[in-house]
Amino acid sequence: MTPHAEDAMATGAKDGGQAVAVDHLWKQFGQTVALGDVSFSIGRAEVFGFIGPDGGGKTTLFRILATLMVPDRGHARVLGHDVVTELRTLRRRIGYMPGRFSLYPDLSVDENVRFFASVFGTTLEREYSHIAPIYSQLEPFKERRASALSGGMKQKLALCCALVHRPEILFLDEPTTGVDAVSRREFWDLLGQLKASGMTIVVSTPYMDEANRCDRVALIQRGRLLTIDTPQQVANSFDRPLFAVRTSQRYRALLALREWSATHSVYPFGETLHYADARSGIAPDRIVGELEQFLASHGFADAVVEPTPPTVEDSFMARMGALDEEKVA
Amino acid sequence: MSETPAIDARDLTRRFGKFTAVDRVTFEVGAGEVFGFLGANGAGKTTAIRMLTGLLAPTGGRATVAGFDVASEAEAIKRHIGYMSQRFSLYEDLTVRENIRLYGGIYDLSLREIRERTGRILGQLRLEQSADRLVRAIPLGWRQKLAFSVALLHEPQVVFLDEPTSGVDPITRRQFWELIYEAAARGTTALVTTHYLDEAEYCDRISIMVAGRIAAIGTPGELRQRFNADSIDDVFVRLARPTIQPSIPEAELPQ
Repeated sequence: MTPHAEDAMATGAKDGGQAVAVDHLWKQFGQTVALGDVSFSIGRAEVFGFIGPDGGGKTTLFRILATLMVPDRGHARVLGHDVVTELRTLRRRIGYMPGRFSLYPDLSVDENVRFFASVFGTTLEREYSHIAPIYSQLEPFKERRASALSGGMKQKLALCCALVHRPEILFLDEPTTGVDAVSRREFWDLLGQLKASGMTIVVSTPYMDEANRCDRVALIQRGRLLTIDTPQQVANSFDRPLFAVRTSQRYRALLALREWSATHSVYPFGETLHYADARSGIAPDRIVGELEQFLASHGFADAVVEPTPPTVEDSFMARMGALDEEKVA
Repeated sequence: MSETPAIDARDLTRRFGKFTAVDRVTFEVGAGEVFGFLGANGAGKTTAIRMLTGLLAPTGGRATVAGFDVASEAEAIKRHIGYMSQRFSLYEDLTVRENIRLYGGIYDLSLREIRERTGRILGQLRLEQSADRLVRAIPLGWRQKLAFSVALLHEPQVVFLDEPTSGVDPITRRQFWELIYEAAARGTTALVTTHYLDEAEYCDRISIMVAGRIAAIGTPGELRQRFNADSIDDVFVRLARPTIQPSIPEAELPQ
């Protein structure tokens, strides 16, 4: 299902223009650096994801790109237009879905869509055909107040409202946060359809597993981009052999491994523990053997160790590890 | 006490008019178990948790939590459980230390107990330097870990964690889970809700609610095997998709 990033990037190159070009962007709020020297570009018809926790700078970046906030320093162009000096031109051509539910809770589904259409000088009837794939899912409930919709349906309505004026690029700030797993999947399927129609989609999420639905991702943490690459490359950039440890006594095994001299890092990962070895140049088979021996001699007779491919999440943690300890100071 | 399950629900039911939000739910959670309580939006999780925490009376069936009946001993339950929600837990305009003292007072701890536990929490979370900062001013991940520790301040037998790790970075999420494991190792039972289904695999056992009923219950490995699925995410989607609801009944809306 995930399209190949190479294809998307080739399409971008063919169009000759970047959908988004950001150059040394800075934004501070008092002492807090929300964005610190952020640069990147996004190709046309690309699905580009900003992956990172709350407070990382995602929302500030989206607000600047959506022409709602002015950066302190640096430049950003969307569809070739400057987000500060050409905001009127841009606003008609971009769609923005803010992180918090942004619709009118006391208006019905139908009234919300009609209101956003009217803001852009158009009507639901005129735009019906292109939002129909999404709006048709909401139509059975079109008289219902927006506040009474489930999380997943609210997000579909917000997407309809962001699309009603036929934007060329969509900025979706955490569209799936707090939404259950089924609705999250459906929402990503909709984004896949929009991409197929040529739309550029810029999306942010705190869910690491959603990285794989993007052509490229930027890992963002404390206002800095840690890396920009395809999800596969981000995962592969984890630079040590990684092992999954299974045992019925997960927590005790975790504490024991922390004390072992060969351990570089060990942390819970689903049902397993993910273990990276501190030594270099040792064959994975040997590490598996030594680990199993260590665990057996510490009372974990049922422990099983096997090599495991790193994920985007492993890579994210490795990159932010060094930054982690000092924050409260 | 050790023979009684920490949570014991038998045909627990809640109707709102004609709508049955929770429909004859039966499950047990043992002492020291980490139990994942999953379900789509609107499946009935919130209503079930409100009953188990003594905030809403069942209309049918029964349940005990920490040995107390949820219908007839609701006040005792409130003293023997901890509760932490992503939406609200700490007072942002109070300092770290003041929040601990406030909750210590609410739970009727002595001043000596409050002092001791404040020291222990600050040490464990390495928040000594931030003890007199407003909660609003400390990073989200630290706030959530502090909220968890405060929920355990009165050493409850059962703690309810409602989406405790929403929005935090993956390292903090793991530190949070280690706090849960540590509490579980001391015998505290944790009932956890989450939308991160990879996180369900951190639990000893999980249940998945669909349309007011428990559609599946077991260890993550058992459920993957039973549904021949690679992940709990796949199990969840398979169970929840056919009956997903377009809107949330009023009872399930956040307060």
